[in-house]
Amino acid sequence: MFDKEKFEQLKEARKNWEEKDLNKSLSRSPERKEEFKTGSGDIVERLYTPEDIDDLDYMEEIGLPGQYPYTRGYQPTMYRGRLWTMRMYAGFSTAEESNKRYKFLVDQGSTGLSVAFDLPTQIGYDSDHPLAEGEVGKVGVAIDSLADMEILFDGINLEKVSTSMTINSPASVLLAMYIAVADKQGVSPEKLRGTIQNDILKEYIARGTYIYPTEESMRLITDIFEYCSKNVPQWNTISISGYHIREAGSTAAQEVGFTLADGIAYVEAAIKAGLDVDSFAPRLSFFFNAHNDLLEEVAKYRAARRLWAKIMKERFGAKKPQSMMLKFHTQTGGSTLTAQQPDNNIVRVAIQTLAAVLGGTQSLHTNSKDEALALPTEDSVRIALRTQQIVAHESGVTNTVDPLAGSYYVEAKTKEIEDKAMEYITKIDELGGAPRAIDAGYIQKEITDAAYKYQMDVEKGDVVVVGMNKFKVTEKAPQGLLKVDPMVGEMQKKKLVELKEKRDNQAVTEKLTALKKACEGTENVMPYIVEAVREYATLGEICDVMREVFGEYEQSVML
Amino acid sequence: MDKPIRVLVAKPGLDGHDRGAKMIARALRDAGMEVIYTGLRQTPEQIVAAAIQEDVDIIGMSILSGAHNHLFPKVIGLLKEQDAEDIMVIAGGVIPEDDIPALKEAGVAAIFTPGALTTEIVQFIRDNVKR
Repeated sequence: MFDKEKFEQLKEARKNWEEKDLNKSLSRSPERKEEFKTGSGDIVERLYTPEDIDDLDYMEEIGLPGQYPYTRGYQPTMYRGRLWTMRMYAGFSTAEESNKRYKFLVDQGSTGLSVAFDLPTQIGYDSDHPLAEGEVGKVGVAIDSLADMEILFDGINLEKVSTSMTINSPASVLLAMYIAVADKQGVSPEKLRGTIQNDILKEYIARGTYIYPTEESMRLITDIFEYCSKNVPQWNTISISGYHIREAGSTAAQEVGFTLADGIAYVEAAIKAGLDVDSFAPRLSFFFNAHNDLLEEVAKYRAARRLWAKIMKERFGAKKPQSMMLKFHTQTGGSTLTAQQPDNNIVRVAIQTLAAVLGGTQSLHTNSKDEALALPTEDSVRIALRTQQIVAHESGVTNTVDPLAGSYYVEAKTKEIEDKAMEYITKIDELGGAPRAIDAGYIQKEITDAAYKYQMDVEKGDVVVVGMNKFKVTEKAPQGLLKVDPMVGEMQKKKLVELKEKRDNQAVTEKLTALKKACEGTENVMPYIVEAVREYATLGEICDVMREVFGEYEQSVML
Repeated sequence: MDKPIRVLVAKPGLDGHDRGAKMIARALRDAGMEVIYTGLRQTPEQIVAAAIQEDVDIIGMSILSGAHNHLFPKVIGLLKEQDAEDIMVIAGGVIPEDDIPALKEAGVAAIFTPGALTTEIVQFIRDNVKR
């Protein structure tokens, strides 16, 4: 990458520098530590120079923004054209309460919605299911039927807003409800913009809201790919998520490696189901974490973009540039927040916001300072959103494309993460692909090993967490945390009783019977689910039909 | 020689956040205890049945979903019903300070919130398990 003669001069100068300047400095005052490490525990060298990136071919590996391999971003102008979507993940209690929070967020300058569902909804149980007890409305909004969904989006124009829904196993049902609500607003499916998470593999790995076994889950996902490519063409049909893998304790390189390995599995499943790679790949999207090690994180996003482009082009023979572009949402790292001195979390989130933006994210959720303690209050959410707005409008980092490109360290780190991620992908290929590697517990064990090592480093004090294992103070219990009304469960149960009295129960039975037949055969199930939700069949009823046909996933318990 | 302390680490409810539970399970194992980890989505009935069957000295439960006020007391109630009150119960997760007194009143021996060290938990168990 550099002029040969100049390069030799540098090598010589470096040698001299090490012998004289550096040694003198070290003998006068040694460095603070023997080894310096990234947040993921990788060694960081004292100095990076052109020597560290000499074997990188600029045009092949870095290139120009909007051009393969998209290391510098997938658009030519990036944030000079349009800022990222400021998308705050929110939802709790009832649809009525959450609808209020969405309107507040839009009012405060949020540019996209992001729906958090409660655990019973995410696992396909209605609020009156025995296993739902104590969980209704707690970590997200409770949605039992189209009736709740109508309230959730009341007064929000679905033609104007883009909506992300964190829903996986029952993604088909919630998407069907969204389509049905839009229809009632007079908005046709081809105008809808948004994302469903729909990433079952990382549920088995790290997040836990699975329902059906692997193969049947993969079928549901490819059914959605196919249905949306024809009917909801602007919808991102999956958000392949490294976020939860990282939260479970993985390193940055594992986050990239395991996430792209999951991505490969989805592409393979869809191709196997007969879809053309360029018909669905442009609608694949990704979701990454942002932790505190700013430069490692920036390198991570750049590495992921480059590696995915190569995989799509070389491994799957994609032709459309859009199929090779890795577009991603970012959320700041929940596990980096401390319950101690929670105001410090505002600073962590600001650093993580910078990482995501310098890494070229397409949308961003920033966590609130109180999230190690409870769901966030309106005031703390406002600060989290303001953090994005300050980075967007005051920091200046949005003025030029991929500003850290060319940093010897960042480019070397980008390459290192790409190589390490590729090693994981190769290992997973050898195990027969991501689904098999998950069944064998390989991915889970790698993550748990990394998490345990980190935990021990924190406990030994090798890793400093400000306010938690260093710079501690005696604190009063935090005040003014958000509390979810404990009566939500009862309210939802009452709504369900009323719904079942009001709706056309015979039509519901007919639609559910038709859905069951489709599940037993090979037809695409999506149209049947859309029909069933329109008649107000509940989420639990629909998921029960599929449970009956598909069975349930059994977790391989790994320590 | 003393028999090692036997611990059931359990994830009650629908919550999938198991990083904490797995870290505790490994740390207790490294401290010489015998650890059984249930995996996700255990009902209180399953947890109590496993604890009795495995003849454990202590149950450690982790919840981050906010369902603790419902699920922890239920496990303790079932232990009482089955004359297994000698099994100590400790808990961890995202548990608001305000909820802790009532949970202790209900019989949870100790509650460890974010930032707790595994060494503290090991020490607590060694000091408090009735043998």
